[in-house]
Amino acid sequence: MIYLVVLAGIFVASAWLELVVRTRVFRRWRRLLLTLAGTMVPMLLWDWYAIANGHWHFHMMTGLQVGIIPLEELLFFIVVPIAGILSLEAVRAVHGGIVGDEAP
Amino acid sequence: MTYTQLAFSAAALAVVADLLLRTRLVTRKVFWMSYAIIVFFQLLSNGVLTGSGTVHYDGDVIIGSSSPEGVRPPFVGDGRIAYAPVEDLLFGFAMILWSQTLWILWGRRGVDREPRSGPPIWVKSSEVSDVPAKP
Repeated sequence: MIYLVVLAGIFVASAWLELVVRTRVFRRWRRLLLTLAGTMVPMLLWDWYAIANGHWHFHMMTGLQVGIIPLEELLFFIVVPIAGILSLEAVRAVHGGIVGDEAP
Repeated sequence: MTYTQLAFSAAALAVVADLLLRTRLVTRKVFWMSYAIIVFFQLLSNGVLTGSGTVHYDGDVIIGSSSPEGVRPPFVGDGRIAYAPVEDLLFGFAMILWSQTLWILWGRRGVDREPRSGPPIWVKSSEVSDVPAKP
């Protein structure tokens, strides 16, 4: 269960930025969903390959799996990219600067 | 392929994609400032996962050696940083750069470009340049 607690910690440690720094990442949910889909496909393929070939294995898990991929790993590839995007948008909101998606 | 080979390839691929797709995040200060925050939290959370024995790695596919069951790997050394294989840093870098590249790409294409982020709640709206100050 440690893994789920760590994931919850990452989520809490990043999600507050939406409210306090007004990152507006969750509000832009269509863009977020497209980004997550494009991230999860290659990352889950990698994870599947790594688990299938014994690169890594897990202990103290919930035991819930999709095929050979643990639920915790699936959630990892959702929670961590969101935390990264929240971080990027928070730095932009506080610091300013060009990131590349500015209106032409 | 080993984890080492995959991790280096993925990080290189993410940089190439970022440059070819002209998001150019690796050339931007905002990206590196956010990555500095992310990598700190990666070392922290990944340290808990590997230090607690939740995740184990096969020594044949990493620079360091396998962590025997029930024995904590070194905090630093034997190819590890904060208990985790150094490969994890490349794994994380590749995933963060690729996901942020996609985020910027969709925004550039006009999917939810607005509302822009900010201002933080501690900044008065009158101090924000693109919002007209109240008389």
